[in-house]
Amino acid sequence: MSKIIDGLYYSESHEYVRVDGEFGYIGITDYAQHELGNVVYVDMPEVDDEVAAGEEFGAVESVKAASDLMSPVSGTVVEVNEALEDEPGLINKDAFENWIIKVELSDKGELDDLMDAEAYKAMIGE
Amino acid sequence: MAEEIKTTCLHDNHVALGALMTPFAGFDMPIQYKGIVEEHNAVRTNVGVFDVSHMGEVAVTGPEAEKFVNYIFTNDIKGAEPGKVFYGMMLYPDGGTVDDLLVYKMGENDFFLVINAANIDKDVAWINEQAVNFDVKVENQSDYYAQLAVQGPEGENTIKNVLDLDGSDLTFYTVKKVEYDGETIILSRTGYTGEDGFEIYASHKAIVKMWNLLMDAGVQPCGLGCRDTLRFEVGLPLYGDELTAEISPIMATLGMFVKLDKEGGFIGRDACAQQKAEGSAKKLVGLELHDKAIPRHGYEVLQGDTVVGYVTTGYRGISVEKSLAFALVDRAAGTLGNELSVRIRKKVFPATVVKKRFYTTSYKK
Repeated sequence: MSKIIDGLYYSESHEYVRVDGEFGYIGITDYAQHELGNVVYVDMPEVDDEVAAGEEFGAVESVKAASDLMSPVSGTVVEVNEALEDEPGLINKDAFENWIIKVELSDKGELDDLMDAEAYKAMIGE
Repeated sequence: MAEEIKTTCLHDNHVALGALMTPFAGFDMPIQYKGIVEEHNAVRTNVGVFDVSHMGEVAVTGPEAEKFVNYIFTNDIKGAEPGKVFYGMMLYPDGGTVDDLLVYKMGENDFFLVINAANIDKDVAWINEQAVNFDVKVENQSDYYAQLAVQGPEGENTIKNVLDLDGSDLTFYTVKKVEYDGETIILSRTGYTGEDGFEIYASHKAIVKMWNLLMDAGVQPCGLGCRDTLRFEVGLPLYGDELTAEISPIMATLGMFVKLDKEGGFIGRDACAQQKAEGSAKKLVGLELHDKAIPRHGYEVLQGDTVVGYVTTGYRGISVEKSLAFALVDRAAGTLGNELSVRIRKKVFPATVVKKRFYTTSYKK
Protein backbone atom coordinates (compact mmCIF):
# COMPACT_ATOMS: atom_id res chain seq x y z
CA MET A 1 0.00 0.00 0.00
CA SER A 2 1.32 3.38 -1.00
CA LYS A 3 2.15 6.17 1.38
CA ILE A 4 -0.12 9.22 1.18
CA ILE A 5 0.47 12.35 3.25
CA ASP A 6 -2.33 14.53 4.60
CA GLY A 7 -2.17 18.24 3.88
CA LEU A 8 -0.64 17.91 0.40
CA TYR A 9 -2.40 18.61 -2.89
CA TYR A 10 -2.52 15.84 -5.48
CA SER A 11 -2.97 15.78 -9.26
CA GLU A 12 -4.57 13.10 -11.42
CA SER A 13 -1.18 12.52 -13.04
CA HIS A 14 0.32 11.61 -9.63
CA GLU A 15 2.24 14.75 -8.77
CA TYR A 16 1.92 16.40 -5.39
CA VAL A 17 2.34 19.97 -4.16
CA ARG A 18 3.48 20.72 -0.64
CA VAL A 19 2.61 24.36 0.01
CA ASP A 20 4.92 26.48 2.14
CA GLY A 21 3.73 30.10 2.18
CA GLU A 22 4.01 31.46 -1.37
CA PHE A 23 5.99 28.44 -2.52
CA GLY A 24 5.10 24.94 -3.60
CA TYR A 25 7.34 21.87 -3.61
CA ILE A 26 6.38 19.60 -6.51
CA GLY A 27 7.23 15.94 -6.77
CA ILE A 28 5.71 12.60 -7.67
CA THR A 29 3.72 10.48 -5.25
CA ASP A 30 4.83 7.28 -3.59
CA TYR A 31 2.25 5.44 -5.68
CA ALA A 32 3.82 6.87 -8.86
CA GLN A 33 7.38 5.93 -7.89
CA HIS A 34 6.20 2.41 -7.13
CA GLU A 35 4.45 2.11 -10.49
CA LEU A 36 7.55 3.41 -12.30
CA GLY A 37 10.08 1.16 -10.61
CA ASN A 38 13.76 2.11 -10.45
CA VAL A 39 14.06 5.80 -11.34
CA VAL A 40 17.25 6.32 -13.34
CA TYR A 41 16.94 9.89 -14.58
CA VAL A 42 14.98 13.03 -13.76
CA ASP A 43 14.75 15.68 -16.45
CA MET A 44 14.23 18.96 -14.60
CA PRO A 45 13.65 22.54 -15.73
CA GLU A 46 16.02 25.35 -14.79
CA VAL A 47 15.67 28.00 -12.14
CA ASP A 48 13.61 30.96 -13.43
CA ASP A 49 11.72 28.76 -15.93
CA GLU A 50 7.97 29.27 -15.91
CA VAL A 51 5.70 26.28 -15.34
CA ALA A 52 1.98 26.22 -16.06
CA ALA A 53 -0.76 24.15 -14.46
CA GLY A 54 -1.47 21.04 -16.51
CA GLU A 55 1.64 21.44 -18.65
CA GLU A 56 4.72 19.32 -18.90
CA PHE A 57 7.82 20.59 -17.07
CA GLY A 58 10.17 17.62 -17.31
CA ALA A 59 10.20 13.87 -17.09
CA VAL A 60 10.98 11.11 -14.70
CA GLU A 61 12.49 8.03 -16.28
CA SER A 62 12.51 4.46 -15.10
CA VAL A 63 14.72 1.84 -16.71
CA LYS A 64 11.90 1.01 -19.08
CA ALA A 65 10.21 4.28 -19.95
CA ALA A 66 10.01 8.05 -19.72
CA SER A 67 6.98 9.62 -18.01
CA ASP A 68 6.23 13.29 -18.46
CA LEU A 69 5.99 15.41 -15.36
CA MET A 70 2.91 17.65 -15.42
CA SER A 71 2.89 20.70 -13.23
CA PRO A 72 -0.13 20.79 -10.91
CA VAL A 73 0.25 24.57 -10.50
CA SER A 74 1.58 27.64 -12.30
CA GLY A 75 4.56 29.67 -11.24
CA THR A 76 8.28 30.29 -11.48
CA VAL A 77 10.89 27.68 -10.64
CA VAL A 78 13.01 29.00 -7.77
CA GLU A 79 14.93 25.82 -7.02
CA VAL A 80 15.47 22.35 -8.47
CA ASN A 81 16.44 19.36 -6.34
CA GLU A 82 20.02 18.96 -7.50
CA ALA A 83 20.52 15.83 -5.42
CA LEU A 84 18.38 14.00 -7.99
CA GLU A 85 20.93 14.71 -10.72
CA ASP A 86 23.42 12.38 -9.09
CA GLU A 87 21.01 10.08 -7.33
CA PRO A 88 17.64 9.85 -9.10
CA GLY A 89 16.87 6.71 -7.07
CA LEU A 90 16.19 8.98 -4.05
CA ILE A 91 12.67 9.25 -5.45
CA ASN A 92 12.23 5.51 -4.89
CA LYS A 93 13.54 5.81 -1.34
CA ASP A 94 11.15 8.58 -0.34
CA ALA A 95 9.12 10.32 -3.02
CA PHE A 96 7.63 12.90 -0.64
CA GLU A 97 10.93 13.85 0.97
CA ASN A 98 12.63 14.12 -2.42
CA TRP A 99 10.63 16.81 -4.20
CA ILE A 100 11.69 17.73 -7.75
CA ILE A 101 11.15 21.49 -8.09
CA LYS A 102 10.26 24.39 -5.83
CA VAL A 103 7.94 26.91 -7.46
CA GLU A 104 6.84 30.41 -6.51
CA LEU A 105 3.08 30.04 -6.93
CA SER A 106 1.45 32.59 -9.24
CA ASP A 107 -2.14 31.61 -8.49
CA LYS A 108 -2.91 29.83 -5.24
CA GLY A 109 -6.51 29.49 -6.42
CA GLU A 110 -5.29 26.64 -8.66
CA LEU A 111 -4.82 24.50 -5.57
CA ASP A 112 -8.61 24.22 -5.38
CA ASP A 113 -8.56 22.20 -8.59
CA LEU A 114 -6.35 19.53 -7.01
CA MET A 115 -7.26 16.58 -4.79
CA ASP A 116 -6.70 16.25 -1.08
CA ALA A 117 -5.16 13.10 0.41
CA GLU A 118 -8.50 11.39 0.82
CA ALA A 119 -9.64 12.02 -2.74
CA TYR A 120 -6.26 10.90 -4.11
CA LYS A 121 -6.42 7.76 -2.03
CA ALA A 122 -9.82 6.99 -3.51
CA MET A 123 -8.52 7.66 -7.03
CA ILE A 124 -5.69 5.15 -6.77
CA GLY A 125 -8.08 2.66 -5.23
CA GLU A 126 -6.45 2.29 -1.81
CA MET B 1 -11.41 -7.41 -33.14
CA ALA B 2 -9.11 -7.68 -30.16
CA GLU B 3 -7.35 -11.01 -29.88
CA GLU B 4 -7.55 -12.80 -26.60
CA ILE B 5 -4.33 -12.49 -24.66
CA LYS B 6 -2.39 -15.71 -24.17
CA THR B 7 -0.67 -16.87 -21.01
CA THR B 8 2.22 -19.22 -20.32
CA CYS B 9 1.94 -22.24 -18.03
CA LEU B 10 3.66 -20.18 -15.31
CA HIS B 11 1.22 -17.26 -15.38
CA ASP B 12 -0.31 -18.03 -11.98
CA ASN B 13 3.17 -18.39 -10.50
CA HIS B 14 4.16 -14.93 -11.74
CA VAL B 15 1.02 -13.36 -10.33
CA ALA B 16 1.56 -15.11 -6.99
CA LEU B 17 5.10 -13.70 -6.90
CA GLY B 18 3.67 -10.21 -7.31
CA ALA B 19 5.15 -9.64 -10.75
CA LEU B 20 4.26 -6.57 -12.76
CA MET B 21 2.45 -8.15 -15.74
CA THR B 22 2.22 -6.54 -19.18
CA PRO B 23 1.07 -7.74 -22.59
CA PHE B 24 4.04 -8.63 -24.78
CA ALA B 25 3.82 -10.34 -28.17
CA GLY B 26 0.27 -11.44 -27.44
CA PHE B 27 1.13 -12.94 -24.05
CA ASP B 28 0.55 -11.55 -20.56
CA MET B 29 4.17 -11.62 -19.38
CA PRO B 30 6.11 -10.60 -16.26
CA ILE B 31 8.12 -7.39 -16.79
CA GLN B 32 9.67 -7.46 -13.33
CA TYR B 33 9.32 -9.05 -9.92
CA LYS B 34 11.66 -7.25 -7.56
CA GLY B 35 12.95 -4.56 -9.90
CA ILE B 36 14.72 -4.45 -13.23
CA VAL B 37 18.04 -3.34 -11.74
CA GLU B 38 18.19 -6.11 -9.11
CA GLU B 39 17.17 -8.75 -11.64
CA HIS B 40 19.66 -7.49 -14.21
CA ASN B 41 22.47 -7.60 -11.66
CA ALA B 42 21.48 -11.10 -10.50
CA VAL B 43 22.08 -12.37 -14.03
CA ARG B 44 25.38 -10.50 -14.46
CA THR B 45 26.84 -11.57 -11.14
CA ASN B 46 25.05 -14.76 -10.07
CA VAL B 47 22.04 -16.39 -11.72
CA GLY B 48 18.45 -15.65 -12.69
CA VAL B 49 15.61 -17.56 -14.32
CA PHE B 50 13.28 -16.28 -17.02
CA ASP B 51 9.98 -17.74 -18.17
CA VAL B 52 10.34 -17.49 -21.93
CA SER B 53 7.59 -19.95 -22.76
CA HIS B 54 6.09 -17.41 -25.14
CA MET B 55 8.86 -18.17 -27.65
CA GLY B 56 7.86 -20.32 -30.62
CA GLU B 57 9.27 -23.70 -31.60
CA VAL B 58 9.06 -25.31 -35.02
CA ALA B 59 10.38 -28.76 -35.89
CA VAL B 60 11.59 -29.33 -39.46
CA THR B 61 12.28 -32.93 -40.39
CA GLY B 62 12.32 -35.10 -43.51
CA PRO B 63 14.75 -36.13 -46.23
CA GLU B 64 15.36 -32.55 -47.42
CA ALA B 65 15.28 -30.85 -44.00
CA GLU B 66 18.90 -29.70 -44.09
CA LYS B 67 18.66 -28.41 -47.63
CA PHE B 68 15.40 -26.64 -46.83
CA VAL B 69 16.47 -24.99 -43.59
CA ASN B 70 19.67 -23.82 -45.25
CA TYR B 71 17.55 -22.26 -48.00
CA ILE B 72 15.37 -20.19 -45.65
CA PHE B 73 18.15 -19.36 -43.14
CA THR B 74 21.08 -16.94 -43.52
CA ASN B 75 23.65 -18.92 -41.54
CA ASP B 76 25.21 -22.12 -42.97
CA ILE B 77 24.13 -25.35 -41.28
CA LYS B 78 25.30 -27.74 -44.00
CA GLY B 79 27.19 -30.73 -42.68
CA ALA B 80 27.12 -29.53 -39.07
CA GLU B 81 27.51 -32.00 -36.24
CA PRO B 82 24.28 -32.86 -34.43
CA GLY B 83 24.14 -30.82 -31.25
CA LYS B 84 25.21 -27.56 -32.91
CA VAL B 85 23.11 -24.41 -32.51
CA PHE B 86 23.14 -21.58 -35.07
CA TYR B 87 21.92 -18.00 -34.88
CA GLY B 88 20.68 -16.30 -38.03
CA MET B 89 17.69 -14.84 -39.84
CA MET B 90 14.94 -15.75 -42.27
CA LEU B 91 14.71 -13.09 -44.95
CA TYR B 92 12.32 -11.84 -47.57
CA PRO B 93 13.71 -11.76 -51.12
CA ASP B 94 14.41 -8.01 -50.71
CA GLY B 95 16.64 -8.69 -47.70
CA GLY B 96 14.12 -7.49 -45.09
CA THR B 97 13.93 -9.71 -42.04
CA VAL B 98 11.07 -12.18 -41.46
CA ASP B 99 12.54 -13.08 -38.07
CA ASP B 100 15.78 -13.84 -36.28
CA LEU B 101 15.99 -17.31 -34.81
CA LEU B 102 18.04 -20.16 -33.46
CA VAL B 103 18.37 -23.36 -35.47
CA TYR B 104 19.18 -26.44 -33.38
CA LYS B 105 20.56 -29.44 -35.21
CA MET B 106 19.04 -32.28 -33.20
CA GLY B 107 20.03 -35.04 -35.66
CA GLU B 108 20.48 -35.71 -39.36
CA ASN B 109 17.65 -33.90 -41.14
CA ASP B 110 16.13 -33.08 -37.77
CA PHE B 111 16.04 -29.38 -36.90
CA PHE B 112 14.40 -27.38 -34.11
CA LEU B 113 13.77 -23.71 -34.86
CA VAL B 114 13.25 -21.23 -32.02
CA ILE B 115 11.41 -18.12 -33.18
CA ASN B 116 10.07 -14.91 -31.65
CA ALA B 117 6.69 -15.07 -29.94
CA ALA B 118 5.32 -12.09 -31.84
CA ASN B 119 6.16 -13.79 -35.14
CA ILE B 120 4.92 -17.34 -34.62
CA ASP B 121 1.92 -17.18 -36.96
CA LYS B 122 3.79 -15.18 -39.58
CA ASP B 123 6.86 -17.43 -39.45
CA VAL B 124 4.96 -20.70 -39.59
CA ALA B 125 3.01 -19.45 -42.60
CA TRP B 126 6.25 -18.28 -44.24
CA ILE B 127 8.06 -21.55 -43.59
CA ASN B 128 5.15 -23.60 -44.90
CA GLU B 129 4.94 -21.42 -48.02
CA GLN B 130 8.63 -21.97 -48.81
CA ALA B 131 8.40 -25.69 -48.01
CA VAL B 132 6.10 -26.64 -50.89
CA ASN B 133 8.93 -27.73 -53.17
CA PHE B 134 10.87 -29.62 -50.51
CA ASP B 135 10.35 -33.07 -49.03
CA VAL B 136 10.04 -31.89 -45.43
CA LYS B 137 7.62 -31.93 -42.54
CA VAL B 138 7.06 -28.64 -40.71
CA GLU B 139 5.48 -28.87 -37.30
CA ASN B 140 4.61 -25.92 -35.05
CA GLN B 141 5.30 -27.21 -31.53
CA SER B 142 4.89 -23.86 -29.78
CA ASP B 143 1.86 -24.97 -27.80
CA TYR B 144 3.63 -28.07 -26.50
CA TYR B 145 6.90 -26.52 -25.39
CA ALA B 146 7.35 -24.24 -22.44
CA GLN B 147 10.81 -22.72 -21.93
CA LEU B 148 13.01 -21.51 -19.12
CA ALA B 149 16.23 -19.55 -19.50
CA VAL B 150 18.63 -20.00 -16.57
CA GLN B 151 21.21 -17.28 -17.09
CA GLY B 152 24.30 -16.07 -15.31
CA PRO B 153 27.74 -17.26 -14.22
CA GLU B 154 26.13 -19.66 -11.71
CA GLY B 155 23.86 -21.18 -14.38
CA GLU B 156 25.73 -24.45 -14.75
CA ASN B 157 25.87 -25.07 -10.99
CA THR B 158 22.24 -24.07 -10.57
CA ILE B 159 20.80 -26.50 -13.10
CA LYS B 160 23.06 -29.22 -11.68
CA ASN B 161 22.26 -28.65 -8.02
CA VAL B 162 18.61 -27.68 -8.27
CA LEU B 163 17.35 -29.54 -11.34
CA ASP B 164 19.90 -32.36 -11.55
CA LEU B 165 20.65 -31.40 -15.16
CA ASP B 166 24.25 -31.75 -16.28
CA GLY B 167 25.25 -28.99 -18.65
CA SER B 168 28.99 -29.27 -18.06
CA ASP B 169 29.58 -31.09 -21.37
CA LEU B 170 27.81 -28.38 -23.39
CA THR B 171 29.90 -25.59 -24.87
CA PHE B 172 28.33 -22.27 -25.90
CA TYR B 173 25.79 -22.79 -28.70
CA THR B 174 25.41 -26.55 -28.36
CA VAL B 175 22.37 -28.63 -27.42
CA LYS B 176 21.46 -32.09 -26.18
CA LYS B 177 18.38 -34.10 -25.29
CA VAL B 178 18.15 -35.27 -21.72
CA GLU B 179 15.68 -37.30 -19.68
CA TYR B 180 13.81 -35.40 -16.99
CA ASP B 181 10.94 -36.69 -14.90
CA GLY B 182 10.04 -39.37 -17.45
CA GLU B 183 10.19 -37.19 -20.55
CA THR B 184 12.79 -36.15 -23.08
CA ILE B 185 13.63 -32.47 -22.82
CA ILE B 186 15.95 -30.15 -24.74
CA LEU B 187 18.86 -28.44 -22.97
CA SER B 188 21.06 -25.89 -24.73
CA ARG B 189 23.87 -23.61 -23.64
CA THR B 190 22.37 -20.48 -25.15
CA GLY B 191 20.77 -17.25 -24.05
CA TYR B 192 19.98 -13.64 -24.70
CA THR B 193 21.76 -11.92 -21.84
CA GLY B 194 25.46 -11.84 -22.70
CA GLU B 195 26.13 -14.22 -19.83
CA ASP B 196 26.77 -17.92 -19.70
CA GLY B 197 23.53 -19.83 -19.31
CA PHE B 198 21.09 -22.46 -20.43
CA GLU B 199 17.74 -22.70 -22.13
CA ILE B 200 15.44 -25.58 -21.31
CA TYR B 201 12.53 -26.71 -23.52
CA ALA B 202 10.06 -29.14 -22.02
CA SER B 203 6.37 -29.89 -21.43
CA HIS B 204 4.34 -27.47 -19.35
CA LYS B 205 4.29 -29.98 -16.51
CA ALA B 206 8.08 -30.34 -16.39
CA ILE B 207 8.67 -26.59 -16.71
CA VAL B 208 6.29 -25.80 -13.83
CA LYS B 209 8.07 -28.39 -11.72
CA MET B 210 11.50 -26.94 -12.55
CA TRP B 211 10.33 -23.38 -11.92
CA ASN B 212 9.03 -24.33 -8.47
CA LEU B 213 12.30 -26.06 -7.62
CA LEU B 214 14.26 -23.00 -8.73
CA MET B 215 12.03 -20.71 -6.64
CA ASP B 216 12.39 -22.98 -3.60
CA ALA B 217 16.16 -22.81 -4.06
CA GLY B 218 16.02 -19.01 -3.98
CA VAL B 219 16.94 -18.40 -7.62
CA GLN B 220 15.98 -14.86 -8.66
CA PRO B 221 13.00 -14.80 -11.06
CA CYS B 222 13.69 -12.32 -13.85
CA GLY B 223 11.20 -10.50 -16.06
CA LEU B 224 11.28 -9.32 -19.63
CA GLY B 225 12.38 -5.87 -18.42
CA CYS B 226 15.89 -6.98 -17.57
CA ARG B 227 15.94 -9.44 -20.47
CA ASP B 228 15.87 -6.34 -22.67
CA THR B 229 18.50 -4.35 -20.74
CA LEU B 230 20.80 -7.38 -20.63
CA ARG B 231 20.60 -8.12 -24.35
CA PHE B 232 20.92 -4.43 -25.20
CA GLU B 233 24.18 -3.92 -23.29
CA VAL B 234 25.89 -6.75 -25.16
CA GLY B 235 24.76 -5.57 -28.59
CA LEU B 236 22.09 -8.18 -29.33
CA PRO B 237 19.19 -7.15 -31.58
CA LEU B 238 15.49 -7.42 -30.81
CA TYR B 239 13.17 -8.22 -33.68
CA GLY B 240 10.83 -5.26 -34.13
CA ASP B 241 13.51 -2.75 -33.09
CA GLU B 242 16.85 -3.60 -34.73
CA LEU B 243 15.55 -6.13 -37.27
CA THR B 244 12.29 -5.65 -39.15
CA ALA B 245 10.79 -6.33 -42.57
CA GLU B 246 12.57 -3.09 -43.56
CA ILE B 247 15.86 -3.72 -41.74
CA SER B 248 18.11 -6.40 -43.23
CA PRO B 249 20.85 -8.10 -41.21
CA ILE B 250 23.39 -6.26 -43.37
CA MET B 251 21.89 -2.92 -42.27
CA ALA B 252 21.88 -4.21 -38.69
CA THR B 253 25.60 -5.03 -39.12
CA LEU B 254 24.93 -8.71 -38.46
CA GLY B 255 26.67 -9.79 -41.66
CA MET B 256 28.69 -12.43 -39.82
CA PHE B 257 25.49 -14.49 -39.58
CA VAL B 258 24.78 -14.10 -43.31
CA LYS B 259 26.76 -16.63 -45.35
CA LEU B 260 26.55 -15.11 -48.81
CA ASP B 261 28.74 -17.78 -50.38
CA LYS B 262 27.09 -20.89 -49.00
CA GLU B 263 26.07 -23.68 -51.35
CA GLY B 264 22.57 -23.42 -52.81
CA GLY B 265 22.06 -19.81 -51.75
CA PHE B 266 19.15 -18.68 -49.57
CA ILE B 267 16.13 -16.42 -49.77
CA GLY B 268 17.29 -12.80 -49.61
CA ARG B 269 20.87 -13.61 -50.60
CA ASP B 270 21.11 -11.39 -53.67
CA ALA B 271 19.68 -8.39 -51.86
CA CYS B 272 22.15 -8.86 -49.01
CA ALA B 273 25.06 -9.31 -51.42
CA GLN B 274 24.14 -6.07 -53.16
CA GLN B 275 23.79 -4.17 -49.88
CA LYS B 276 27.14 -5.49 -48.75
CA ALA B 277 28.86 -4.60 -52.03
CA GLU B 278 27.35 -1.15 -52.43
CA GLY B 279 26.87 -0.28 -48.76
CA SER B 280 23.31 -0.19 -47.47
CA ALA B 281 21.70 3.27 -47.31
CA LYS B 282 21.10 2.84 -43.56
CA LYS B 283 23.23 1.29 -40.88
CA LEU B 284 22.70 0.34 -37.25
CA VAL B 285 25.20 1.95 -34.88
CA GLY B 286 25.84 2.32 -31.18
CA LEU B 287 25.54 5.79 -29.62
CA GLU B 288 27.00 6.98 -26.35
CA LEU B 289 25.56 10.17 -24.94
CA HIS B 290 27.73 12.52 -22.93
CA ASP B 291 24.80 13.43 -20.69
CA LYS B 292 22.53 11.40 -18.40
CA ALA B 293 19.41 12.00 -20.50
CA ILE B 294 18.03 8.75 -21.91
CA PRO B 295 17.45 8.14 -25.61
CA ARG B 296 14.32 6.07 -26.27
CA HIS B 297 12.94 4.13 -29.24
CA GLY B 298 11.86 6.47 -32.02
CA TYR B 299 13.78 9.57 -30.92
CA GLU B 300 15.41 11.50 -33.77
CA VAL B 301 19.16 11.32 -34.40
CA LEU B 302 20.72 14.42 -35.94
CA GLN B 303 23.95 15.43 -37.60
CA GLY B 304 24.10 19.18 -37.24
CA ASP B 305 20.51 20.24 -37.93
CA THR B 306 19.72 17.34 -40.25
CA VAL B 307 17.79 14.28 -39.11
CA VAL B 308 19.92 11.27 -40.13
CA GLY B 309 18.07 8.48 -38.35
CA TYR B 310 16.26 7.33 -35.25
CA VAL B 311 16.88 5.44 -32.03
CA THR B 312 15.84 1.76 -32.16
CA THR B 313 16.56 0.97 -28.48
CA GLY B 314 17.99 3.15 -25.72
CA TYR B 315 18.65 2.89 -22.01
CA ARG B 316 20.55 4.28 -19.12
CA GLY B 317 22.86 1.24 -18.97
CA ILE B 318 22.77 -0.80 -15.77
CA SER B 319 26.10 -2.66 -15.92
CA VAL B 320 27.54 0.25 -17.92
CA GLU B 321 26.54 3.52 -16.28
CA LYS B 322 26.09 5.55 -19.42
CA SER B 323 23.17 6.65 -21.59
CA LEU B 324 23.37 4.41 -24.63
CA ALA B 325 21.42 3.65 -27.77
CA PHE B 326 21.23 1.64 -30.92
CA ALA B 327 20.24 3.86 -33.82
CA LEU B 328 19.52 3.30 -37.49
CA VAL B 329 21.26 6.13 -39.34
CA ASP B 330 22.37 7.15 -42.82
CA ARG B 331 25.50 5.18 -43.63
CA ALA B 332 27.65 8.29 -44.03
CA ALA B 333 26.69 9.49 -40.55
CA GLY B 334 27.45 6.15 -38.94
CA THR B 335 31.25 6.17 -38.94
CA LEU B 336 32.78 5.17 -35.61
CA GLY B 337 33.72 8.23 -33.61
CA ASN B 338 31.37 10.52 -35.53
CA GLU B 339 29.63 13.18 -33.43
CA LEU B 340 25.84 13.12 -33.75
CA SER B 341 23.05 14.17 -31.42
CA VAL B 342 19.73 12.85 -30.16
CA ARG B 343 16.60 14.93 -29.66
CA ILE B 344 15.16 14.13 -26.24
CA ARG B 345 11.96 16.06 -25.61
CA LYS B 346 12.82 19.75 -26.07
CA LYS B 347 16.61 19.46 -26.04
CA VAL B 348 19.32 18.03 -28.25
CA PHE B 349 22.10 15.99 -26.64
CA PRO B 350 25.48 15.23 -28.24
CA ALA B 351 26.30 11.57 -28.84
CA THR B 352 29.31 9.73 -30.24
CA VAL B 353 29.06 6.77 -32.61
CA VAL B 354 30.54 3.78 -30.78
CA LYS B 355 30.57 -0.01 -31.12
CA LYS B 356 27.24 -1.65 -30.33
CA ARG B 357 28.70 -4.00 -27.75
CA PHE B 358 28.63 -1.77 -24.69
CA TYR B 359 29.45 -4.54 -22.22
CA THR B 360 31.85 -7.46 -22.60
CA THR B 361 30.47 -10.97 -22.45
CA SER B 362 31.73 -14.10 -20.76
CA TYR B 363 30.68 -17.27 -22.55
CA LYS B 364 31.98 -20.80 -22.04
CA LYS B 365 33.79 -21.56 -25.29
